[in-house]
This record gives sequence, C-alpha cells and structure tokens, in this order.
Amino acid sequence: MKFQKIAAVAGVLALAGSLAACGGNDDTGSDAGGDKIKIGIKFDQPGLGFKEADGDYSGFDVDMAEYIAEGLGYDDDQIEWVEAVSANRETFLKDGTVDMILATYSITDERKAEVDFAGPYYIAGQDLLVAADNTDITGPESLDGKKLCSVTGSTSAQKVKDEYSKGVQLQEFDTYSKCVTAIEGGQLDAMTTDDIILAGYAQQSPGKFKIVGAPFSEENYGVGLPKGSEDRDKINDLIEQSFEDGAWEEAFNDNLGESGYTLPEPPAVDRY
Amino acid sequence: MDLFSEYGSAILTSFGLTLRLAVYSGIFALILGTVLAVFRVSPVPVLRFVGAAVVYTFRNTPLTLVMFFALFGLAYQLGFNPAPDDLYENNFRLAVLALGIYTSTFVCEVLRAGINTVPLGQAEAARAIGLTFTQNLRHVVLPQALRSVINPLASVLIAMTKNTTVAVTIGVVTATGVNEASGQMKTMMENESDQILLIFIIFAIGFMILTLPIGFVANWASKRFAVIR
Repeated sequence: MKFQKIAAVAGVLALAGSLAACGGNDDTGSDAGGDKIKIGIKFDQPGLGFKEADGDYSGFDVDMAEYIAEGLGYDDDQIEWVEAVSANRETFLKDGTVDMILATYSITDERKAEVDFAGPYYIAGQDLLVAADNTDITGPESLDGKKLCSVTGSTSAQKVKDEYSKGVQLQEFDTYSKCVTAIEGGQLDAMTTDDIILAGYAQQSPGKFKIVGAPFSEENYGVGLPKGSEDRDKINDLIEQSFEDGAWEEAFNDNLGESGYTLPEPPAVDRY
Repeated sequence: MDLFSEYGSAILTSFGLTLRLAVYSGIFALILGTVLAVFRVSPVPVLRFVGAAVVYTFRNTPLTLVMFFALFGLAYQLGFNPAPDDLYENNFRLAVLALGIYTSTFVCEVLRAGINTVPLGQAEAARAIGLTFTQNLRHVVLPQALRSVINPLASVLIAMTKNTTVAVTIGVVTATGVNEASGQMKTMMENESDQILLIFIIFAIGFMILTLPIGFVANWASKRFAVIR
C-alpha cells in the first residue's frame, strides 16, 4: 500500500518534471535567438511573400526585407520570418511578435495611428486579373454581368461594384488562390486586388492569365514598424538606397519579371 | 461610436444573413435528421445502412471541407448549381445544403438517443394494437422521443447557428455585397484595425442575441413538454 503511494507520487513528480522541462525547452528555443530580427511577411502570396514547399521564403517583399535587414546589420540567417496575415499586422507590431512587417502593407491614416511606417517602397494600384484569352474585360467599367472575385475583408471588389460596374456579381473567398482556381476553371471571370499581387499569380502560371493594366487606385506599400521605432529613418535611407543601387529593380525582376507586368517608377519616400 | 454610425446597417444586414442561413439550414437539418433517424431504426437493412453511411460520412468530416466541396466539387466540377443565374443565391443555397446535411447527422443521433429513452413496452403495445412501423413511429415513439431530447436538440441548433460562420469559406454574401457575420467581422477588422476589441465584443454579443433565446425556449419547452413517467 505504502509502496503504491510512493510510486504514485513519484509518477506525478516525473510528469510535472517533464512538463516543466517542456516549458524550459521552449524558453531556451526563443532566447537562443536573442540577436535575431523577426520580420512579418505573407506566407501565401506568390511573388511577394511566399513560403515554398521546401521551407524557403521567396518574393519581392522577402528580398526587400532581406536588403533592409542587411542594412540594419542582420545576416540572412538572423532573420526569423513570421507569418503576418492582414488582420494581425497591427497587433503583431504592438505586442512585439514581429520587429517589422513587409506584407503588402498599405500606408493609411487609420494604420498610422497604430503603427509607424517607413517607405513607401512600392506604389501599387488596384487592377484586374483575367484569363489570358479574355478580351471583353478592359477595365473596371466593363464588368456588368461578370463574376468578380476577391477575398473576404477586402473592400476592393465592393469598390468596383459601387463606383464602376453596378451589375457585377461578387464572389468572395478566404484566399486569392481559390479565386485563381475558379478563374482558371472558367467559373469566374476576373479577380481584383493590387496589381503587384495579381502579378504574383500571373507569374506562377505564365501564359494562363493576364493583368488588364488599367489601375484605378493607389496603394502605398510601407514597412510597418512599432510606434516610435528608432529604425525608421535608417530604413527610409535603405529604401532610397535600394532604388539607386538597383536592388529594388532586381528584387522585382527576380520575383515578378515573367508576369507580363512592368515595373513602375520607384516612389518618393515619405518621411512624415 | 463611429463604428456604429459607419457600420450599423451593415452589421444588422450581416446578422440578418446569418439568421437566414441558420433558419433555412435548421429547418433542412431537422427534417433530414428525422428522416435519417427513421432510416437508422427501421427494420429494412438497406435503409439502416444508408442512414449510418450518411451519418458517419458527414459527422466525421470537417464542416469547412463539406462547405468547400459544395462549391468547388458540386457546383464547379459537377455543375450542380441550384440558382445558376444568381451567384449570391447559388452560394447561399449551397451553404444551406452543406450546413444542413452536416447538422442533420447530429440531429439524427440526438433523436436516436431519444428513441432509446422510450420504453420498449410502448413500441410493443403499439404493435399489439396493430399499428404499422410508420404509424408506430409517428404516433407513439417519435413524439415521446422528441420531447425527451429538446435540450440536446437546442444545443445542436446553437452549434449550427455558430457554424454558419463557416459559410465565409465559399463567400456567402447578400446581393448588396454584405457578408454573413464572420465575414463582416473580418472586413471591419481589416478596415478598423484600431478597434479590434470592440468589434469582437459587438459580434460576440450579436451571436449571443441569436443563440441565447434558443436555449431559453428549449429550457421552457423541455419542462412544459416533459414526458412524465
């Protein structure tokens, strides 16, 4: 009887010990990278921020992030990539989950109240992606009776309906990839979001899609930073430097060069 | 308070859509669930097999997957479009179909449990006075079974009301482009990222307004209609 009790106590202690060890391991895991920079990117946007099947990261935002991190004194292996989906971006910057964010992050006044921005490093515009053989969609006004796809939470498709084509039918999905699948299958006619994001999908299967090329908005992509970040000026300098030394153009051509979409002029950095 | 002046009507519209999804799916699930339960207790082996197959398939598949299949499998690949000319109505019906079938399996199992609470003597007595299987179920067994499972059925319906949020996977929106509640919440979070906490609270309260009455009515009804043995 007594032996059983001791055994039970020992068992409980062993269990508690293993749990504690677990926690300990986790701690050392993150502490070991004390000298790392955590950068938030998209994991699911081909050509911009994308996690490859083999675990590597690729895209225009990724290359720009590496360039900026290098300028701040971090090697590539000191970068810890964190997935920052659109709805999480401000939260991640505020609670320190990430140190900066390059994730097709438009600079807006609402967001400026929450976080700081360096840049813009790219000016995108809302555009349409259609199947390569489509000829009757020439711009947002030509969508009456068509089926237009966008992702939930984005106002881009609603804007088309309100301002350009009242008769358009909107399909919303949780990811752009589903839109692409449906356009490829012919069930939907077009999808809309920023042209550079569309270019990423066009790049994935060259020849199947085309971008209409009539942008009807302006989105300033910036580097999201925690409020009051000291690195902001430095990063602004680095962005300007990337325009001059060709790194910016190279990042674009490496990732989106075959999409049939041409690189616009570099934007003027806004040091507000 | 800006949130209400800007989004007030959209929030109402989105909960209206959620409510419509819940009501249609609920009715569909209750009917189909009853049919499945009858199948599963019927004396015909084929029917029992069909009932069990449907229940085991859909009860053990994630709802997101069922919902996704309804649009990409049924509609896109197999060409089953309940309303081919109207994208919104088409998606709505497909969502009701997916959510209804999924929920019906839970309704079926709850009802079957209810049937098991009816003493065997009841069914035997009904048979002895010459009632057929159908008459037996309709007049003797099912009414008693239903009355004993009002509360668990309400839990299934509450879960289903919350599950309407999965319809966002296939983009169920009104003709004016307003999402059901979870999509609307996502839209607002994207645009008003500085007020996420408040947005959460608004939608949590919205869902409680939809689901709490189900529980209250069920509590009252299960007392009112309790089978006293």
